Amino acid sequence: MNDEFVPAQQGKGAAIPAAALDYAPLVLVPAVAIAMLPLVGSFPTWVTLTVAGLAMGMMIFIMASGLTLVFGLMDVLNFGHGAFVSVGAFAATLVLLPLGDWTQADSLALNLSAVGLAIVVAMVATAAVGWVFERLIVRRVYGQHLRQILVTMGGAIVTEQMIHVIWGAEQIPLPLPKALRGAFVMGDVAIEKYRLLAVAVGLVVFATMFLVLNRTRIGLLIRAGVENGPMVEALGYRIRRLFVGVFVAGSALAGLGGVLWGLYRETLTASMGGEIVVMVFIVIIIGGLGSVGGCFLGALLTALVANYAGFLAPKLALASNILLMVAILLWRPAGLYAVARR
Amino acid sequence: MAEALLTLAGVHTHIGQYHILQGVDLEVREGELTALLGRNGAGKTTTLRTIMGLWKASQGRLRFEGRDIAALATPEIARAGVAYVPESMAVFSDLTVRENLVLGARQGRLDSARLEWILGFLPALGKFWNHQAGNLSGGQKQMLAIARAIVEPRRLLLVDEPTKGLAPAIVQSLLAAFRELKATGTTILLVEQNVSFVKRLGDRVAVMDDGRIVHAGPMPDFAADRALQMRLLGLAMEAHT
Repeated sequence: MNDEFVPAQQGKGAAIPAAALDYAPLVLVPAVAIAMLPLVGSFPTWVTLTVAGLAMGMMIFIMASGLTLVFGLMDVLNFGHGAFVSVGAFAATLVLLPLGDWTQADSLALNLSAVGLAIVVAMVATAAVGWVFERLIVRRVYGQHLRQILVTMGGAIVTEQMIHVIWGAEQIPLPLPKALRGAFVMGDVAIEKYRLLAVAVGLVVFATMFLVLNRTRIGLLIRAGVENGPMVEALGYRIRRLFVGVFVAGSALAGLGGVLWGLYRETLTASMGGEIVVMVFIVIIIGGLGSVGGCFLGALLTALVANYAGFLAPKLALASNILLMVAILLWRPAGLYAVARR
Repeated sequence: MAEALLTLAGVHTHIGQYHILQGVDLEVREGELTALLGRNGAGKTTTLRTIMGLWKASQGRLRFEGRDIAALATPEIARAGVAYVPESMAVFSDLTVRENLVLGARQGRLDSARLEWILGFLPALGKFWNHQAGNLSGGQKQMLAIARAIVEPRRLLLVDEPTKGLAPAIVQSLLAAFRELKATGTTILLVEQNVSFVKRLGDRVAVMDDGRIVHAGPMPDFAADRALQMRLLGLAMEAHT
């Protein structure tokens, strides 16, 4: 945004304060983590659970961030988003399996190069699938939520079957690169190396999205479009093009999430994206539809609560995400960071 | 006589099953302020939204600068030089005042001289430059919506009920702002319920009823004809002065 104009009257006689940052949701994640320490009892176990939760949260955030923008910008409920996760994971095998020498070498550089190449291929493949998906399916059902749910679910089923056609119906093993296996051990605390990589990638994605949304003109248009798309059009911007761009970028991010998720599971199935898409929807509802910051916090919170519940009360683990969503929505009915929408 | 910048001929608009505009004929002349009056539900807002392409005309011709714009998408109409300030103000609440204005500048850059001029008659915006627009008062939001529409020169400004719900002091500020805009030769189509406001600004007036224009002519003639005002609006303008 190339505007350096500063009005002379700025701040003079200001009668209203600048909006204060809403800290309450930011405090929630560390508050939950700290509150769980006495319940877990053992500090090393708590650290392991927390790091695992953060890593899983980052992967979910990467998968969910594009979806929340797609819903916020064009009010599209894309239940086919999980298919992009699966496509991303399977596309990664096109690189990781042939480059077995690289992934099984003792060199961290070679391991990371293979993963990096796989991520590029997966993101390009899912971006292309996303573009086709938007053109063939989503474009025809703008403004019709029920049809969106039906046709995007149908699109997801077709995509999963295409994966079966191309890669076969069997599970595909996707072993972690050698240098990313195992854990760093500090005293009694063990932190898996791969989880640290997932946290790092998640932070990079979040920082990049934050900068793009807050420091670029395209980000300004996306933020405005999430709030009031017709008004953005009335200002002369072609929001449909913007939407296609966001949809494609969101699909690529789902592909990136698919690579990370696939390596985490070390086994790929065509339905792996569909299995996690419910959690992705819970995250974007908790975060506030259209809010990237809310999505980030929602993902961390959801994953942490799932991990702690799995350890403390395994029978509650399956319901923990739903209970968390209910609690958050009772507190803030529009999610942690509600986006002003018209 | 000024040339017609915008012409609507036999325009019909349907919204769902409702037939809102039922053959609107309207002419907006270059450099003039045309006031569009009428009772609630007469079709004034629908007329503006139809011109802007937000609702599509099902029949009739819309010509802007001699070009048929009926089939154009909203962004194309905006790019042709039409700016729109909706009734709901529609400022972007999560964005700052500055960011709202940056969006109005399609070139991507705010023109300092033009901005100084705008802040000269809408000074409140300068005070709240980096504040979120959602925190502004109703009057300040209205000023921001107008400033955003004119942050770059536009050929035609469509404004929908700018004084609605505003305190008299703010209405006076808006009056001064519109006078400033008129002085620069900006063509304006202004929908209003506040007849005393438009009486002081308007060059021409068009009155709508049941989706049609039922009267069009010079504002001074309309302002002087009490019987006509009573018949078309159910009130006399002097009752609002």
